Amino acid sequence: MHIAVCIKQVPDSAQIRVHPVTNTIMRQGVPTIVNPYDLFALEEALRIKDRTGARITVLTMGPAQAEEALRKCLSLGADEAILVTDKVFSGADTLATSYVLAAALKTLDARTPVDLIFTGKQTIDGDTAQVGPGIAIRLGWQLLTYVSKIRELEPAARHIVVDRRAEGGVQVLKSALPAVVTMLEGSNELRFADMPGMFRAARQEVQRWNRDSIGVELAQVGLKGSPTVVAQVFGPRPKAVKALRIEGETPDAIAEAFVDKLFADHPHLEDAMLEHLELLGQQGVEP
Amino acid sequence: MSDSLDTAAKPIKKPKRVLPERFKSYKGVWVFIEHEHGHVHPVSWELLGKGRELADKLGVELAGVLLGGMGEAVRKLAEEAGAHGAELCYLAQHPVLEDYRNQPYTTGLTELVDTYQPEILLLGATTQGRDLAGSVATTLLTGLTADCTGLDIDPSDRSLLSSRPTFGGSLMCTIVNLATRPQMATVRPRVMAMPVRQPGRLPRVVEHGLKLDESAVVTKVLDFIPDARADKPQLPFADFIVAGGRGLAKPENFALVTRLASTIGAEVGASRPAVHAGWADVERQVGQSGKTVRPKLYIAAGISGAVQHRVGMEGADVIAGINPDPRAPIFDFANYALIGSAAELLPALERAFARRLAEARARRAQAAEETV
Amino acid sequence: MEKFDVIVVGAGPAGNAAAYTLARGGLSVLQLERGESPGTKNVQGAILYADALEKIIPDFRDSAPLERHVAEQRMWLLDENQTCTGVSHRDARFSQQPYNRYTIIRARFDRWFSEQVKRAGALVICETTVTGLLKDDAGKVIGVRTERAEGDILADCVILADGANALLGERAGLRPAIKAEDMALVVKEVLFLPKETLEARFNISGTQGVVIEIAGNVTHGMVGTGFLYTNKDSIAIGIGCMLGDMKRQQLTPYQLLEGLKRHAAVQPLIDGAEMKEYSAHLIPEGGYRALPQLYGEGWLVVGDSAGFVNAVHREGSNLAMTSGRIAAETLIALRQAGKPFSAANLAGYRQGLDESFVMADLKKYQGVPELLHENPHILDLYPRFVGDAAREILTVDGAPKRDKQKKILGELARRRSLLGLLGDAYKFWRAFR
Ligand SMILES: Cc1cc2nc3c(=O)[nH]c(=O)nc-3n(C[C@H](O)[C@H](O)[C@H](O)COP(=O)(O)OP(=O)(O)OC[C@H]3O[C@@H](n4cnc5c(N)ncnc54)[C@H](O)[C@@H]3O)c2cc1C
Ligand SMILES: Cc1cc2nc3c(=O)[nH]c(=O)nc-3n(C[C@H](O)[C@H](O)[C@H](O)COP(=O)(O)OP(=O)(O)OC[C@H]3O[C@@H](n4cnc5c(N)ncnc54)[C@H](O)[C@@H]3O)c2cc1C
Ligand SMILES: Nc1ncnc2c1ncn2[C@@H]1O[C@H](COP(=O)(O)O)[C@@H](O)[C@H]1O
Repeated sequence: MHIAVCIKQVPDSAQIRVHPVTNTIMRQGVPTIVNPYDLFALEEALRIKDRTGARITVLTMGPAQAEEALRKCLSLGADEAILVTDKVFSGADTLATSYVLAAALKTLDARTPVDLIFTGKQTIDGDTAQVGPGIAIRLGWQLLTYVSKIRELEPAARHIVVDRRAEGGVQVLKSALPAVVTMLEGSNELRFADMPGMFRAARQEVQRWNRDSIGVELAQVGLKGSPTVVAQVFGPRPKAVKALRIEGETPDAIAEAFVDKLFADHPHLEDAMLEHLELLGQQGVEP
Repeated sequence: MSDSLDTAAKPIKKPKRVLPERFKSYKGVWVFIEHEHGHVHPVSWELLGKGRELADKLGVELAGVLLGGMGEAVRKLAEEAGAHGAELCYLAQHPVLEDYRNQPYTTGLTELVDTYQPEILLLGATTQGRDLAGSVATTLLTGLTADCTGLDIDPSDRSLLSSRPTFGGSLMCTIVNLATRPQMATVRPRVMAMPVRQPGRLPRVVEHGLKLDESAVVTKVLDFIPDARADKPQLPFADFIVAGGRGLAKPENFALVTRLASTIGAEVGASRPAVHAGWADVERQVGQSGKTVRPKLYIAAGISGAVQHRVGMEGADVIAGINPDPRAPIFDFANYALIGSAAELLPALERAFARRLAEARARRAQAAEETV
Repeated sequence: MEKFDVIVVGAGPAGNAAAYTLARGGLSVLQLERGESPGTKNVQGAILYADALEKIIPDFRDSAPLERHVAEQRMWLLDENQTCTGVSHRDARFSQQPYNRYTIIRARFDRWFSEQVKRAGALVICETTVTGLLKDDAGKVIGVRTERAEGDILADCVILADGANALLGERAGLRPAIKAEDMALVVKEVLFLPKETLEARFNISGTQGVVIEIAGNVTHGMVGTGFLYTNKDSIAIGIGCMLGDMKRQQLTPYQLLEGLKRHAAVQPLIDGAEMKEYSAHLIPEGGYRALPQLYGEGWLVVGDSAGFVNAVHREGSNLAMTSGRIAAETLIALRQAGKPFSAANLAGYRQGLDESFVMADLKKYQGVPELLHENPHILDLYPRFVGDAAREILTVDGAPKRDKQKKILGELARRRSLLGLLGDAYKFWRAFR
């Protein structure tokens, strides 16, 4: 059993600040992390490794410093790490990204056949949830998205049964290997690397692959291979005025002042609230 | 790596790219009608509302696209699409399409696009919509903008302008796709307004026969376990929400949120840490990895206002924050700042609202009497 | 179990200087840092003094991320009447290469420094907190314990470069806990301003930068010293007070900083700037008299962890780097001579420090912390007085200057007895001589 896990290094979006004037991202000092969803994917792979002794390869397309993210995965128990990096890959949208990743995965598959590819549900910087499906289509493999649980995995019989989060319920799907699985958040508890793992990760070599190692067409990678282009960047719903501070000596005074001000500024809210309460009252529902 | 992305909030700057000849005949706006087990996802209707606007700007037709199993029920949905604004509905029915599965749906939708050639294809950013959109776009080798919050047409060249949050919601960007067709986008539920339903407005239905074969479909649906519907909160559709966060510190304080909510008839919302602490059900999480809400009033108690929370609730008409820290980011976008501890302010608010609502009721009763 | 010649705990300037020098000297080095990456946990003004780094990495200017070189230094006394009295010093020679002082952003600088450490051959492991020291039966330090499973690691010597809290040494019983009176709490914000605006406001161009050191009773009568430094396109502004004072006055650091930012002399400089980063950090300011034991059987302590901070000149990172380098050189010399890292042999570290500016400067100002402790009015009364006096002199209102002078002296005498004045002057002289 050989599992490939696609991970991405992302800026910790909780700590991103935006330049107030030019609306550019101030990356200065913003720490980078492994995309949190990808860690869930890795954890799922590690559990399979714990049970069956599978081999795990982690792979990312990114700049040189993405090596740190791969090392983190090595410390948790991945066996091998590949950094797919080339300056022509930069500026890629999801279509170009899935092209490069699929090419790299094919190269990997040719060397050591891959049974299962894991990706995260989505990244926290791109947030598109498209790269996983893109890889599956390009490889012609089965696609299982938003998986919350792997119920069965039979490498010999080459089948897999998963719970897939659908709208309004959970689909239980049975599919065949090889397959691409995108993992949901919170599907498993993440492990904490032990010290020997940290040493192994710090010392192990991370392989570097470029355009020649994976044989790609230049017209399909990076900015050139991306049909979508960012044409404009702007701040989120700019608010001209800051929040109005409600003054008051005591909590009750503040609360009274707020309620008065709220309904004075937005008279329709009072009607809406009363009507809504009446409706709830009629139905006898305690919210 | 450079420190900033040098893409300031300048006017829209499009790269020079030409649309190849073969795409020039692509016309019309399509909305994928998503349904599962007989329920249409409301986002599809919201998208028809937006799609109508786009189609009018372009002077083209708005079409719903419906794939599904055999039977009248699916056909009925085409009529609903008409009631929500579609002039036209493409309908592809086949037993293989009974349940949603990636492979046959991708094949089906791709074939429809290749045959009828729309210039714009919109889907909901749901688990189904995203699963399908990514696969179809890759098959067609066209551009797809995911998780949009705004759509518009550039009149100068008829291109679709898709806006979406980027970098975890800290910024918005507008994305264009100039060289391939269709221009695809998925849109978050509850971001677009629900159009007024006009019953009896029937669409033209174009039936399309698909050649599908169950034996060629690898993935099988073994079971569908519906979510327990009973006490599921309908957060995305609530008009009033009182939400609590980590600042409440203990479950007893979170109970104050629930009490205020019941006083004013609101739903209870929560930030992610509050959900993680077990104070509220995961269904109540508001934000990037939770629900998007658009209430008339959102009261946030003990919530700092991190971007991941903000993106889920800043569509609220009125936002009030309760926080002892006057520098909390929530006050950067809230309308009202109540500086202080939620443990004290929530009960005080409960009293103030109760009094005020009682007064209003009394006024109403009196007014009603006077008119009699 | 893994074993190294030396384990360095912490990847701040002190730890990096030590690990770099050791690795270049051919010893096997493991450096452990609890932050996600070096620099993520570190807070500093920050001024980098070229000299200390030059002695470790002579060509650092070619690759280190430096913000601006210091072209002008201002010293301000601020008081609560919104007065500002000060001197400024700009010297064209400050703007001649090679520059002597730079503003830096620690997060980026530490990352760069750590890169050099790795290149020099040290093994650097982050996200790993050292929880304690391992000792043998005789009490000799033989390694560290980390929070991770199977986390014990052995070494012939452990260098404690864990910063101001110095918890490791305290927990291992190598030193007493640092007293609150010896610890300053500094809060700092980085405020963003477009480069052009910033350069216009401070009258600078190119890589020139301005440093403002601030004393006086800027806030609610509480004693504080503050600073304002220019980066490329941001301003670092901060204020620090002794932890003990802050507790007594029940003031939050945030209030102090807000007071400083609102001051009439400061506000126009930062007007319109947006907050980008807020942080608080401790600085050990006990000085020479608060220094702990600096070495022992199998261990050494460097940088803030040892209390090597010159509070008067607001220097810390240079003492940190220098002590880290000297510690490393001591170990390299012992290893080359085939001698063990025993307490007796490690005394060479102390000797090296004594011969450097580190101990010389710490000794020079050894009286200052006490002076300020015992005479809190010094940083309170005089600034206020200077402000009032300057206003009196500069206000042209028809009163003869002689009367004004008299009035000023009378005012001073009213505020502080003549004896007190003489006493203060003497103490000042003693402390700074
Ligand atoms: C990929 C990703 C996805 C995420 N998705 C979501 C999401 O969907 N939803 C979400 O909410 N978060 C999400 N987060 C987390 C988000 O980044 C923030 O960590 C989170 O929103 C903070 O929650 P909080 O405001 O409750 O807690 P905190 O940020 O800890 O804020 C607590 C606030 O309470 C205040 N407080 C303290 N005492 C009191 C008191 N007595 N009374 C009142 N206030 C008090 C404090 O001043 C503080 O402002 C996500 C993060 C990531 C990385
Ligand atoms: C606001 C402010 C302004 C300053 N301005 C200046 C200035 O302008 N110029 C100047 O020269 N100095 C200045 N200083 C002082 C200077 O920052 C310090 O003297 C210097 O950083 C000390 O370096 P260090 O390596 O000893 O400690 P630190 O830089 O504090 O590094 C200690 C490292 O050890 C790590 N660590 C701690 N405990 C553990 C553990 N148990 N396990 C693993 N890792 C651990 C920490 O994460 C940290 O990375 C300033 C300080 C402050 C707070
Ligand atoms: N550059 C990349 N390198 C490796 N994997 C990636 C990359 N970008 C995205 N992925 C994978 O695809 C998933 C979905 O990403 P996205 O479509 O960007 O939301 C992520 O969770 C990753 O597992």
